[in-house]
Amino acid sequence: MEQFQNDVAARDRGGPAQPLLAIRDLVKHFGSRRGWSGPWVGAKAGQRRGAVRAVDGVSFDVAKGETLGIVGESGCGKSTLARLVIQIIAADAGEVLFDGEAVGTSAPDLAAYRREVQMVFQDSYASLNPRLTIEDTVAFGPRVHGLSRRAAIVRAHDLISRVGLDPARFAARYPHELSGGQRQRVNIARALALQPRLLILDEAVSALDKSIEAQVLNLLVDLKAEFGLTYIFISHDLNVVRFMSDRVMVMYLGKVAELGACDVILASPRHPYTMALLASMPSMDPDRRTSEAPLFGDPPNPIDPPSGCRFHTRCRFAAPVCAATAPALAEVGPVHRVACLMATPGSGHPQAGVPEAA
Amino acid sequence: MSGEPIVDVQDLTVDFLGGVKSLRAVAGVDLTLRSGEVLALLGESGSGKTVTLRALMRLLPERRALIGGKVLVDGHDVRALSKSGLTAYRGRTIAMIFQEPGLALDPVYRVGDQIAEAVMHHEGASRRDARVRALALFERVRIPSAARRLDNYAHEMSGGMRQRAMIALALACRPKVLLADEPTTALDATVQIQVLLLLRELQRELGLAVIFVTHDIGVATEIADRIAVMYAGRIVETGACRDVIRTPAHPYTIGLLASRAGRALAKGERLAAIPGSPPDLANLPQGCAFAPRCERAQPVCEAAVPAEVAVSDGHCARCVFLHKSEATA
Repeated sequence: MEQFQNDVAARDRGGPAQPLLAIRDLVKHFGSRRGWSGPWVGAKAGQRRGAVRAVDGVSFDVAKGETLGIVGESGCGKSTLARLVIQIIAADAGEVLFDGEAVGTSAPDLAAYRREVQMVFQDSYASLNPRLTIEDTVAFGPRVHGLSRRAAIVRAHDLISRVGLDPARFAARYPHELSGGQRQRVNIARALALQPRLLILDEAVSALDKSIEAQVLNLLVDLKAEFGLTYIFISHDLNVVRFMSDRVMVMYLGKVAELGACDVILASPRHPYTMALLASMPSMDPDRRTSEAPLFGDPPNPIDPPSGCRFHTRCRFAAPVCAATAPALAEVGPVHRVACLMATPGSGHPQAGVPEAA
Repeated sequence: MSGEPIVDVQDLTVDFLGGVKSLRAVAGVDLTLRSGEVLALLGESGSGKTVTLRALMRLLPERRALIGGKVLVDGHDVRALSKSGLTAYRGRTIAMIFQEPGLALDPVYRVGDQIAEAVMHHEGASRRDARVRALALFERVRIPSAARRLDNYAHEMSGGMRQRAMIALALACRPKVLLADEPTTALDATVQIQVLLLLRELQRELGLAVIFVTHDIGVATEIADRIAVMYAGRIVETGACRDVIRTPAHPYTIGLLASRAGRALAKGERLAAIPGSPPDLANLPQGCAFAPRCERAQPVCEAAVPAEVAVSDGHCARCVFLHKSEATA
């Protein structure tokens, strides 16, 4: 509907060049006070039990109208990052700037921010209230934000049909009467109900069957164009991220490993972890199966992350310097940044400064 | 031994009783598997792949799940096994690994003791010998510092290590058939490939017959010799991995392969999604269960369940159009 798009355009403050979202040195440690932190780490006598360093100094921008994909394994901090961005949890340090303005935590300001930024979660069932019908679910947000019940229901019906469900059939149903794919469509409709400009999709298609996944991905692409949205698309599935994203950010243990244009990163990654992630994707060719695992072992626990570069314990290019020095995100190409000492000239890594890092 | 299939399933049906009406989760599945062969059962949730697997091990609730058809595994008539026969059958002839090792392993016993218990029970080994076997198994599945890890509880291990421990437990009594129910789905990508490679290596060395249930075509391609695609309780296509991936015959398989986000796509191109949603098992159509979602569907599809048609050697699919082209050819 045109009214929606005009609305979004009217709310644009900084113009197209201003990033919609700017994240500066965001930090979140869980359980930073002394406490029980699981027996598998830090249990040696006298050692201070550490915090889970879920997000540890992350900075990035999201331009207006783009889709930023975030990939990484469990424990890399991608979901915590999403929750920090939408302010479900408060950061320990760092800044979230939305269209040039710092997002505070004071109540009126936050309510306005929540109208602009919405989220879709992985578990389509757990994220819906089982006692609300579909139309009440979608109308709930607008009503809280001051729309009349009638107007909210009208908007809900419009959105329900926009995500591919027939309001006449579905509006009065409860979540348990829907399939997983249908429920996820409802979650998307609910997220759009406040006419947000930024949508955070945290593993939003990961729990769906493959044939449904493709439908929902297509829907997301359509809605983005229709409502002029910006997406942060979080997934562990590189194939899905490749399809959705303009730029990709690869995270490892609470830090950004690599950030750049989707095509560039997935075609010629510079960080050894990105290379390993790509090589870990099952091959689709029965005659060229993977013969060697690119990485050994599991990702380390973020409670006690390795010193220096956090990937050095699993990296096959690791040199002694990697255990001592934490690499900064270094520019290696247009909008392509890598946190690897091999990409940092003069870092002391044997392969640093070599133009083509193996 | 060589020519005889170790798993021979004919016309397997599983009905879940109770509720208003019974539900047919598996509606006539034929499977044969030889030693040293890996079969991937590929399908979506509700397609009956896990129920098929559980029927092979009689893990379904006896009173609520009615199993029909012939189920022969290594000469055992699984449906007729007595309680003690079943205990001997599980573990020694057939073993299973699950998607969530955190739930499959007992949380209050050390992992090493769980493995030793199985060896003691099935082979009458002493505790000491059983622990030696457990250690050897842990080393075999490449758990680092195996001796120390034997004394771990399941929650003290990482996801990948737990899955390795469960594989060790499944192999403890040298089974001939291994059933794997989405064993890598809950794992991270870099760990998943390690576990797949480990399974492939163990399978080859031990000459295991493996049935590997997955929803991921990529995973099936990595592990399987043959692929059987399931839809609404039936195998709709089966054949050598290469044939099914390269020249899929059933519209569902074709659709699944076409809808993958991994294919090289130009920016802005749409995915070729399969429309509609998986069928309701309580209200299955008379004919082909895929017909309501199939773009080639004709009235003939709704008449009866399509028979299996051989597309090429060992490659079959259930689609009426294959039948027709076959007949006219």
